[in-house]
Amino acid sequence: MAAEVASVERAAAIARVRAATTESRGGRLALIAVAVAFLALFLLLPLAAVFTEALRQGLGAYLAALAEPDALAAIRLTLIVAAIAVPLNLLFGLAAAWAIAKFEFPGKALLTTLIDLPFSVSPVISGLIYVLLFGAGSALGPWLQRHGVEILFATPGIVLATLFVTFPFVARELIPLMQEQGTTDEEAALSLGASGWQTFLRVTLPNVKWGLLYGVLLCNARAMGEFGAVSVVSGHIRGLTDTMPLHVEILYNEYNFVAAFAVASLLALLALLTLVLKALLELRFDGRSGAGH
Amino acid sequence: MIPGFGMTLGFALTYLALIVLIPLAGLLWRSAALGWSDFWRLAFDPRTLHALEVSFGAALLAACINVLFGVPVAWVLTRYRFPGRRVLDAMVDLPFALPTAVAGISLAALYAPNGWIGSLLAPLGIKVAFTPLGIVVALIFIGLPFVVRTLQPVVAEIDREIEEAAATLGASRRQTLARVILPSLTPAILTGFALALARAVGEYGSVIFIAGNIPFVSEIAPLLIVIRLEEFNYAGATAVAAIMLAISFAMLLAINLIQAWSRRRFGHGS
Amino acid sequence: MDVSILDVRKDFDRFPALHGVSLEIRSGELVALLGPSGSGKTTLLRLIAGLEFPTEGCIRFGEDDASTRSVQERNVGFVFQSYALFRHMTVLDNIAFGLRVRPRASRPPRRAIRARALELLDLVQLPGLEGRFPSQLSGGQRQRVALARALAIEPRILLLDEPFGALDAKVRKELRRWLRDLHDSTGHTTVFVTHDQEEALELADRVVVMSQGRIEQVGTPDEIYDAPNSPFVYGFIGESSALPVEVDDGEVRTADRPTGLRVEGLEGPATLFFRPRDVDIVEGAGPSIAGVAVAVRRREDGRRVELEVGPARHRVEVELPLGRRVVTGERLGLRPRRWKLFSADDPARSVDWATAGAGAAAAAAGPLPLALERQ
Repeated sequence: MAAEVASVERAAAIARVRAATTESRGGRLALIAVAVAFLALFLLLPLAAVFTEALRQGLGAYLAALAEPDALAAIRLTLIVAAIAVPLNLLFGLAAAWAIAKFEFPGKALLTTLIDLPFSVSPVISGLIYVLLFGAGSALGPWLQRHGVEILFATPGIVLATLFVTFPFVARELIPLMQEQGTTDEEAALSLGASGWQTFLRVTLPNVKWGLLYGVLLCNARAMGEFGAVSVVSGHIRGLTDTMPLHVEILYNEYNFVAAFAVASLLALLALLTLVLKALLELRFDGRSGAGH
Repeated sequence: MIPGFGMTLGFALTYLALIVLIPLAGLLWRSAALGWSDFWRLAFDPRTLHALEVSFGAALLAACINVLFGVPVAWVLTRYRFPGRRVLDAMVDLPFALPTAVAGISLAALYAPNGWIGSLLAPLGIKVAFTPLGIVVALIFIGLPFVVRTLQPVVAEIDREIEEAAATLGASRRQTLARVILPSLTPAILTGFALALARAVGEYGSVIFIAGNIPFVSEIAPLLIVIRLEEFNYAGATAVAAIMLAISFAMLLAINLIQAWSRRRFGHGS
Repeated sequence: MDVSILDVRKDFDRFPALHGVSLEIRSGELVALLGPSGSGKTTLLRLIAGLEFPTEGCIRFGEDDASTRSVQERNVGFVFQSYALFRHMTVLDNIAFGLRVRPRASRPPRRAIRARALELLDLVQLPGLEGRFPSQLSGGQRQRVALARALAIEPRILLLDEPFGALDAKVRKELRRWLRDLHDSTGHTTVFVTHDQEEALELADRVVVMSQGRIEQVGTPDEIYDAPNSPFVYGFIGESSALPVEVDDGEVRTADRPTGLRVEGLEGPATLFFRPRDVDIVEGAGPSIAGVAVAVRRREDGRRVELEVGPARHRVEVELPLGRRVVTGERLGLRPRRWKLFSADDPARSVDWATAGAGAAAAAAGPLPLALERQ
């Protein structure tokens, strides 16, 4: 009996001393509880609220809100803007990454910093700069008006503002990736007689395809979801210059909450899809490039 | 020699100039054209100052809260294995992926007096929606991933042997966390804090739905720019924007300095 | 501090890392744990430190059962292979860490801690570097700081995991001598892990050879080198050749030829081990191991010939006497002077040159009583 007690005591002592290089079980559970509660409060609950509010009056009202012509027009405009902005920024990202990663030139560090610049500018300012550039008070404004060119309060302005806010996404994924891969693969391909284009298409592009997809994914999410910058340049003309996020705002301000949350739920689904694809991509190339978006 | 240097650099620079540099330079040009006294009057009128104060104060508070909770979140998501961890980890990026307007109306609905959370707080006399507190809530949402995502790789990189070394030297787990682990996370914490702050100061979409937007109470600086624009007061909008831009660049500089310091001191980035 | 390791078994996720290991470490001793990677030597070191806990068995520090003591309570100085210095702390803060985290009651005053740290910095011959950060030090300097940090807590035992593993060859040699001197002057009971036999033989009072989670042999460097007690130790320590042989009625034969060696008490298939410098070349006729020279190599300490023995072409290496010339293709007769034979059926059964007498039939001395060495 005494031996049994001693062995139980010894087992307890061993269990205690084993926790020496990690948190105790209680501490771990407490930390997990804090983290899960915080994330649930600030991430899961808002997400759940979008769908709950959207379906508050049933599926019928939800679908009717989405089938409304203005909603459809907003969806169409959002798709058009993303379809223009994403490929352009993709092209820029590839060109910038090629120049920065494969060559040495003075001012490279400055160029890399400038590419990130739009991330540190408030979305409202991102819109404002185009208003100042093309608006009535600018040097260009009257000339544009005389020639009937509409930029502000029309699709081109929305595209420009979207281009600005999504500018760095692809480039900042590709630059570190291409830098890490160096130039030996390309030099080998060229020495084997491949042309510049062949080298790019068959060697460089396959090497960076996951990073590229990752950048495009984030770029697209922001392009479809941008609110502040687009809000400043759009003019909020229903059915004409309203993107989905702007349409959400209009409906919300009209107290048409079900419709507002219905359109919002589409954007939330897009966000969820983005997160799923992003997680899959990260499994693939394990290259989470960290924060700073 | 690898081809394409001239073409790619040429395109990149032209595109950068057209989309980013020229429009931004336009803003600086217009604010310079205001003249010193006009600029001063517009930029430092009481309403502007108050809006800046609200934007800054709320962003600062939100970034602090994000650090306070972001450190345990990053620790838990990186160090522990528990059911649901992967899903939670993926969800951390939600504020990057969810359009700000959607976040805004959703938070407003949650914290309104009749909302899920608002109705719980109302009996306690706490009002969140349509007060400055609501702004803080929105900015916590926006800044959360910056802190967590900056910390995670650094937590993952902590050498287990460092913790074991501290233990062999007699440090309790608490002492190891406080004296060894936390200090080695400091540069990443500062960077995450600065990134969250920089983003929060300029945030617009998620805030305006929950803020109530009452001048001198819960009006943020970006909203003031929009209001000035709607009044066709381009000069006023420009002045506020110029100040905010200066603040953003100062913070960008601060972030770079933190990282340079950390590289020099510890031989690695943060 | 005497340390007793009593029948310790350690499994990682049911994968056994150590099977029933027992070892006595005497106070003041410098002990090397030597073995290839995966032999369990680092696991044993971590068990002593309290960074791991045995699945079975027990570790005693003197009379004290260490199994119920946490790593913090054990008061061991542990130097990690990667040094594990705190990179946000200066050298001085690193060294002082162990004293500063003590509970208030046993913590020395601030100034005493600083004085002690500076004193240790002198001891490890790095005076004046107290303000540096680890990233500003060379590998050898980091190693010394790690050692000073471990010594600061006045450990009951000093444990070093591959202390010279990450350093280049020249620094290794210097630090090795220095560590020996330091041990002799401070008198700490010290255990270090290494996979480098030269390091173990040169530095340690006793060497513990480990393989596959078991202790193969424990002994002084001389014992280990001169009298390996298992085929593994023979093969692992120093250079040696192994030749499959057959013992038939006391006569050791290879490739169906008598080798000229005779043993008693061991019959059947066996493996003959010998070192290159312990072999004579038999000129002329007489029983010997016959081989064909396939390569001759110049080495720092002489010339070596590599031979193929028998139809199975087993390779053996032999050091050539001064002035003996060999060309490739030449047939040579070999007879080991010092050797050891391990039974193929039971490696614990062995006979060596000393217990078998002079062994060779042609040897000058008469046959000595044969004995069987049993493990």
